[in-house]
Amino acid sequence: MSPLDAYVAAIVGAFATYFWRAFGVAVGGRLDPQGRAFEWFACVAFAVLAALVLRLILFPSGGLATLPAGVRLGAAALAAGVYFALRKNVLAGCLTGAGAVALAAWAA
Amino acid sequence: MTWYGRADPAKIGRMIENDESSARKGLIAGARAGAGAPALVLGASYVGFGGFVRDNGLGLDLALFSTLTAWALPGQLAMVELYLAGAPLLAIALAVALANMRLAPMTTVMLPVVALEGRPAWRHYFAANWVAITCWALTMLHSPARPREERLAWFMGCALVLWIASLIGCALGYLAAGAFPPPVSLALVFLNPLYFMLLCLQDLANRPRALALLFGAAFCAVLHPFIPDWSLLIAGVAGGTAAFLIGKRRPA
Repeated sequence: MSPLDAYVAAIVGAFATYFWRAFGVAVGGRLDPQGRAFEWFACVAFAVLAALVLRLILFPSGGLATLPAGVRLGAAALAAGVYFALRKNVLAGCLTGAGAVALAAWAA
Repeated sequence: MTWYGRADPAKIGRMIENDESSARKGLIAGARAGAGAPALVLGASYVGFGGFVRDNGLGLDLALFSTLTAWALPGQLAMVELYLAGAPLLAIALAVALANMRLAPMTTVMLPVVALEGRPAWRHYFAANWVAITCWALTMLHSPARPREERLAWFMGCALVLWIASLIGCALGYLAAGAFPPPVSLALVFLNPLYFMLLCLQDLANRPRALALLFGAAFCAVLHPFIPDWSLLIAGVAGGTAAFLIGKRRPA
């Protein structure tokens, strides 16, 4: 593995990423925002996002996998609780959840 | 008819001026919305990415290059992981494409919100390069309250602030890797899913989309243990389609 190879991989990754963005613009110009096809596409976008979040919380790779799933779920639930209790405060929710994970990892 | 349909120089001059001032207004308002909590949390997430790259023996230049050219964290993580595993380029391309596929429907859904009739298409293709989850969610949530002429600039202002925060976070994480105790590193990595989750919960008023969140997560939970490679894609398409069909049938 040379450093050059890593750059090739990064450039391939960049093309694979921009492809979808350009595709989204190309399709977007043709769909009626009030139409059913558009609403379906929006539902898929939100579903993929939720699936990604669940995967990162429930099936993480790396260091997070060393914590019990219950800790990760509990921290996420705590974050959501604080978020709603403080009138949808994203920062407070994130800090609470991340703090809970740090405490659990420290105590383990 | 587009705004330049009738050739009246005085009118066009006034229009262009208005356009410029609304671009400036939008850019500043978007930058303000991005600064603060979103920039902090996303920057912290990229601290995790910088640390991850260093832990795996790759250079800071690569971490920054990736953040500059392919700004979307899940795909970046997939790229580094597969590169280190010695995967062929085709496998890297497919995995990154899969991890970032959500960007296509996200861009499509955002376009009618920010688009302006008569604006050259290349500007939309250019701006699309900064469609990423945080900026997208903020734009969908807040930019509709702005006049239409300001919205693309609003998005770009927000994106630039978040992009710079990502680059700074990435560099800080790389330079500080190993300096944090492990519990703090784990907390930083966990910020990502927490942040995405709370962004999802910001707007549950649209019934089909709220259902899509529920189904996407549930399908992924069931499918992942069996087909980890494809669970994201299948959960997204199947969950989104189910939510679309059910949400339509029984209006809220």
